[in-house]
Amino acid sequence: MAYDKFTVLTSTAVPLPTENVDTDQIIPARFLKATERAGFGDNLFRDWRYDVEGNPKPDFVLNDPTYSGKILVSGKNFGSGSSREHAVWAIYDYGFRCVVSSFFADIFKNNCLNIGVLPVTVSPEFADKLLSAIEADPSTEIEVNLPEQKITLLSTGESESFDINEYKKSNMQNGFDDIDYLLNMSSEIDAFVADR
Amino acid sequence: MEKTTLFDKVWDSHVVKSVPAGPDVFFIDKHFIHEVTSPVAFLNLEKRGIGVKYPHRTIATPDHNVPTIDQDQTIKDKLSRMQVEKLRENCNKYGVELHDLGTSHHGIVHVIGPELGVTQPGMTIVCGDSHTSTHGAFGAIAFGIGTSEVEMVFATQCIMQSKPKKMRISVEGELGKGVTSKDIILYIISKISAAGATGYFVEYAGSAIQSLSMEARMTICNMSIEMGARGGLIAPDQTTFDYLEGKQYAPKGEEWDKAVAYWKTLKTDEGASFDKEYNFDAADIEPMITYGTNPGMGIKVVGSIPTTDGMEGSNKTSYLKSLTYMGFQPGEPVKGKQVDYVFVGSCTNGRIEDIRAVAEFVKGRKKAENITAWIVPGSREVEKQAHEEGLVKILEEAGFELRQPGCSACLAMNDDKIPAGKYAVSTSNRNFEGRQGPGARTMLASPLTVAAVAVTGKITDPREVFEN
Repeated sequence: MAYDKFTVLTSTAVPLPTENVDTDQIIPARFLKATERAGFGDNLFRDWRYDVEGNPKPDFVLNDPTYSGKILVSGKNFGSGSSREHAVWAIYDYGFRCVVSSFFADIFKNNCLNIGVLPVTVSPEFADKLLSAIEADPSTEIEVNLPEQKITLLSTGESESFDINEYKKSNMQNGFDDIDYLLNMSSEIDAFVADR
Repeated sequence: MEKTTLFDKVWDSHVVKSVPAGPDVFFIDKHFIHEVTSPVAFLNLEKRGIGVKYPHRTIATPDHNVPTIDQDQTIKDKLSRMQVEKLRENCNKYGVELHDLGTSHHGIVHVIGPELGVTQPGMTIVCGDSHTSTHGAFGAIAFGIGTSEVEMVFATQCIMQSKPKKMRISVEGELGKGVTSKDIILYIISKISAAGATGYFVEYAGSAIQSLSMEARMTICNMSIEMGARGGLIAPDQTTFDYLEGKQYAPKGEEWDKAVAYWKTLKTDEGASFDKEYNFDAADIEPMITYGTNPGMGIKVVGSIPTTDGMEGSNKTSYLKSLTYMGFQPGEPVKGKQVDYVFVGSCTNGRIEDIRAVAEFVKGRKKAENITAWIVPGSREVEKQAHEEGLVKILEEAGFELRQPGCSACLAMNDDKIPAGKYAVSTSNRNFEGRQGPGARTMLASPLTVAAVAVTGKITDPREVFEN
């Protein structure tokens, strides 16, 4: 399905410096029982966000009104574990459009790109800089510029460039998905199968 | 001629087209699906007004959310029932082969694929489940995908995929007594970390790997994802061919001979290069157990939890958060700690050899009073064999509760949940926070170690119980 186009995003950000955040934390398995893609944001980080009675845990960052925004800045090795795309659906549905980390798990990164959430890999030093800046001043804005492949901490002007392959970049900028591309290749795929 | 790896040979022969400055259009031979990650993909096909391009290349089974008792009755949990019914409806509508609850080949998707002989060397296999890497044991390229990619495979039998880098992990030598393939993989992950192979596809090699049975190889490949690797594979050999011969979907007659001749070419050329290589000595590997909340946090059963020496910043904070969750202190030994539950099952260790190993160990013994012991076969076929071999009787006499096939307490989507704060020693693959139920504390180990824990009620080195 086509998704929102992504070009330049300027937003405040939510800091989550924990390392090795796996997709079971992003959305626990017991919340994967839907047959439609709807409402997953309510259970984003469910067991960190709510206690067993369903009351918000005040010390978790999503329950802290100080922080908000469309960018999630996280610790290294974000999105490891299960291939559940529901994890990215939950992130998207909650309102994030970009996740920044010094290191992403592979499948998670692919899943992000497939639904229009931009994963931005920065150096560990720049990730620390972003986290410190946000924690010092939650109104700090970050600009994520996809056409220029550049992420900037607007308060200081410090920036870093990030990698994305041209194909995925173009998809993100135009809101195209891979299926649109693959469906156009139908005859080439048929020929490939015929040769096997 | 250019020297290539096993991985190159299989990958390159499945590239329909390479997109300039982009991924490869990658052809998929076999697609496994289950009830949890397929419904939205089917729904999107409907929205686009398209169907499943090659339905005979997809095989379905409900495994993730299914109850492990009373499988002949209607599923009580409404949402689980709806997902399973949706799977039936979709398979019926699009002509996809379904191994439904209660049928002779129902089971965990990664257990039934090999069992049916669907999984074969040289294939590309995907499934909306990260443990698809299991099938790499046959010399196939097999990996987990997201639901958008499930939809791509339905629609076109291809996905867009950049070729990962190549890593070889060699384990040479003979394994010690009481050391299993689960210990090998937990050892490897503890050495290279839960993210150490991210961006890579791994080939496992060396005499210790070659000496393993197919089922033991599957355990190793299964956990490739737990070090971040997209997948892991092992070159097919006589062990592989012997396992496959006669299986339902394996080639027959002349086709079999042709297939074996091709499969024999599937190996890494001498001198082919890898982006990264690790070499381990089998003699260094002892029974392993995890103490933290990712599979890289593993130690010898007789070892101590690492101290925080040399850690700082978010690394140290994350480490201590993990130990707090587990109720452990840095520096303390794990041996002797009291345990509440044991779980034998999952796509990692829910096959017949695993159940045999546990049964052999607990034969004539009883589980400890403080232990609740669940054993969940990976498939109906495994369950049937366990009955026929008299293993079920042994296990029940020892106080184990045998359940029906499914993913069960590995991810606790059904009612098989470990209560908050309780300790479970589990043959499954993930010790993440809450993985086996909210607040549950999971320690991963081999079926042998789990059997030793079941009998003694506490963390125990299986070699010590052997000696008695």
